[in-house]
Amino acid sequence: MADKYTQAVNTGFTRTLAKRLGLPRPSLLRRHTPGAPLTVGPVLVVSDDASVADADVIAKALLGWDLDVRRSAESTAGDEHFRWGAVVLVLTGAQTPESVSGAVLAAGSTLRRLAPNGRVVTVSRAPESGDAPAVAATRAGVEGFLRSVAKELRAGATGNAVQLTGGAEVDSASALAAVRFFLSAKSAYVDGQVLPVGPSGAAVDTAYWERPLEGKVAVVTGAARGIGAAIAKTLARDGATVVVVDVPPAGEALTAVANEVKGTALQLDVTAPDAGAKILEHATGRHGRLDIVVHNAGILRDKLLANMDAAKWDSVIAVNLASQLRIDEYLLGAGVEGLHIVSLASTSGIAGNKGQSNYAFSKSGVIGRTAATAPLVAALNGTINAVAPGFIETDMTRSIPFATREVARRLSSLLQGGQPVDVAEAIAFLASPAAAGVNGQVLRVCGQNLVGK
Amino acid sequence: MATNQPPTAAPRDAYIVGGNRIPFSRAGKKYVNASNQEMFTAALEGLVARFGLQGERLGEVAGGAVLKHSRDFNLIRESVLGSSLSAQTPAYDVQQACATGLEAAIAVTNKIRLGQIESAIAGGTDTVSDAPIAVSERLRKALLEANHAKTLGARIRPFTRLKPADLAPASPSTSEPRTGLSMGEHQAITTAKWGIAREAQDEVALNSHHNLARAWDAGFFDDLVTPFRGLTRDDNLRGDTSLEKLSKLKPVFGLKLPEPAVPTMTAGNSTPLTDGASAVLFASREWADAHDLPVLARFVDAETAAVDFVHGHEGLLMAPVHAVPRLLARNGLALEDIDFFEIHEAFASTVLTTFAAWEDEEYCRTELGLDGAFGKVDRSRLNVNGSSLAAGHPFAATGGRIIATAAKLVAARAAETGRPARALISVCAAGGLGATAIVESA
Repeated sequence: MADKYTQAVNTGFTRTLAKRLGLPRPSLLRRHTPGAPLTVGPVLVVSDDASVADADVIAKALLGWDLDVRRSAESTAGDEHFRWGAVVLVLTGAQTPESVSGAVLAAGSTLRRLAPNGRVVTVSRAPESGDAPAVAATRAGVEGFLRSVAKELRAGATGNAVQLTGGAEVDSASALAAVRFFLSAKSAYVDGQVLPVGPSGAAVDTAYWERPLEGKVAVVTGAARGIGAAIAKTLARDGATVVVVDVPPAGEALTAVANEVKGTALQLDVTAPDAGAKILEHATGRHGRLDIVVHNAGILRDKLLANMDAAKWDSVIAVNLASQLRIDEYLLGAGVEGLHIVSLASTSGIAGNKGQSNYAFSKSGVIGRTAATAPLVAALNGTINAVAPGFIETDMTRSIPFATREVARRLSSLLQGGQPVDVAEAIAFLASPAAAGVNGQVLRVCGQNLVGK
Repeated sequence: MATNQPPTAAPRDAYIVGGNRIPFSRAGKKYVNASNQEMFTAALEGLVARFGLQGERLGEVAGGAVLKHSRDFNLIRESVLGSSLSAQTPAYDVQQACATGLEAAIAVTNKIRLGQIESAIAGGTDTVSDAPIAVSERLRKALLEANHAKTLGARIRPFTRLKPADLAPASPSTSEPRTGLSMGEHQAITTAKWGIAREAQDEVALNSHHNLARAWDAGFFDDLVTPFRGLTRDDNLRGDTSLEKLSKLKPVFGLKLPEPAVPTMTAGNSTPLTDGASAVLFASREWADAHDLPVLARFVDAETAAVDFVHGHEGLLMAPVHAVPRLLARNGLALEDIDFFEIHEAFASTVLTTFAAWEDEEYCRTELGLDGAFGKVDRSRLNVNGSSLAAGHPFAATGGRIIATAAKLVAARAAETGRPARALISVCAAGGLGATAIVESA
């Protein structure tokens, strides 16, 4: 549910009033419902001259997803009522700053007619060591461009960038999966983000998208309520068998989640020394395998550092960070192949937050360990990534005082808080087989929060 | 003693997969607004979640409640319908006083052993907080008569015969219908007869609390209990109790016994009235394998007994004393072969009178038909993770609590030693009844 203000400015008299007064008007974001179209309208695929071949590949893939794909905006030029569902700007081949002008302006000319909940997705290459200065400049330029465009978009539209790394091709599974994720309603609260995508296998076939996690076994910690429960439900929707984990005192709510997703409940404190062994034993013993681990369990013990005590500091570090390290170490030591690990970081861990030095240490630590663990998991054909939620509407954020909460909500390009399912969708994407080329990354689900990167 | 045939080779074995209960709560506290059906459904739901049984059609679910509303005639079936199990899972109610849960387990495991079913849940639930309250017998008769009457006058007439006292509700009690004595008063007679000292009873209570607290702290119940209504641990548990604290409590039973009997039974060494529910999953080996569920233990054999307490020949709660020798003999076992004694602590003195009787040569010869004393129980093997004195005793739920604990204990012991481990379960019950069973590591 959108917050009350967002509902008010989108309905009846209060909508008119808000419009007249020029109040900020957050939109009702379109979220994924099975069977609904991928985008809200036709998709324009444009590119610079050097990227035409890649743009063709992407356009072809989009056609395969039953989208109305156009390579030019000309035919719609005079139609005032026409609305674009999305614009994909392909700049993979661009070598000089001067060469992107035509494509960028062509994309820009459509923005006035971008439908509510429309999408802008750029596909380009990441600047890498060894790039000629002009090439690096061009590639880096896309990043700042995209973040600015995202801030200009209105009415629930978002802008995100797929950034190919390590020689990844546009027709690879992960490049196309990332494009699809950013085009879809699943990325409703992901805005202004740049996602590096490395090499991966051949593109998946169309049948895959119905249930991308079919046959997979996933473990979600902290799954009794809030974001964890949403993750469990989303992974189950995508076909996974889900083991939900939470501390024994949370067992009643955990039972309800387990029975809803038709999974199994494991009452376990993730800080226990044998937590990794118990998770692996349960997953393989009961369900035959382990493919996905979502480290969602986390606690808050806010205090200004001057007033911090050992109990508050240590418990946050133990639950939010040390437990993840220990469990990962166990699972990797046990040689679990093809594991997709996703952790919950936080925008707090990126930007810092007053009163949260312990929490920010743990979440920032999650980001550091994600990068460092990436090559270790890759050696076993797996991935590890993190999702950094911004302001999400949960029991936890409901306890924040009204004024602080209102400010926190509006401090993003989408002018509202996200829903637990928004975080869950990002996790389901990163945990999916098609995202195998995304490794060691942190994806923010923050509505382009003005704080941090 | 009557010779029992050795257990006829059952076609196959019945196994305990695991158990689940809600924390037990003292009457009138956390579960004051919870019904038997809500509590048993919660116990079922936790079990379903633990083992992924959503939508599963089980062979059957059996269980019951001792204090039961007449509207709950299909209590267990209604609970199944409110659970995530397949609505095609049959169910039926069982009632054998405090032995209800264990008797339900005996029934379903026998069906599994016979090959009639592949899987089952047995358990029980009881609430004293939400107990049915009946009207007096005279008011009940008047209401029924008025209900059948045809004219207004005839409808009013029955009520004119009532006295004010007839309007008082009849609350449920634990009194024996044939003697009018409460269970505590009955046990006080047995306690006095066997000369069980107050200190020995307090020690049993102390161990029960300390053992249960240690088990909770060690996480033993992490996969045996699911919280309910915000309660995460048994709230009768006093991990910090001491002999000193227990010794200060005033006796509450046996106060009117003739000299030289000294009252010894207190609120500390007697089980309090409690609310709660438990459920245990049983299966054939084939079913468990097919569902990728490891099994903890085999439900080997069971024996029930009854004693003539009405004429004072035997103590009300002494039936297990008779059942266990028969059970062990049939299975070629002696007390030394048992690794864990799970003796339901209706009262601390129930456990102690049981042991005293087994150690008494004369009694064992004349009452049990044995050649001599049955034997001595190694106290270090008694209720090692606590029992009813600490956890509380929601009558029908106790059997399920004990079976799941016993199964986990023998499984862990066998894993540790590499040898089979056995537990003996004994539950005494009102009406001079008792149910006992052997559980062995799988």
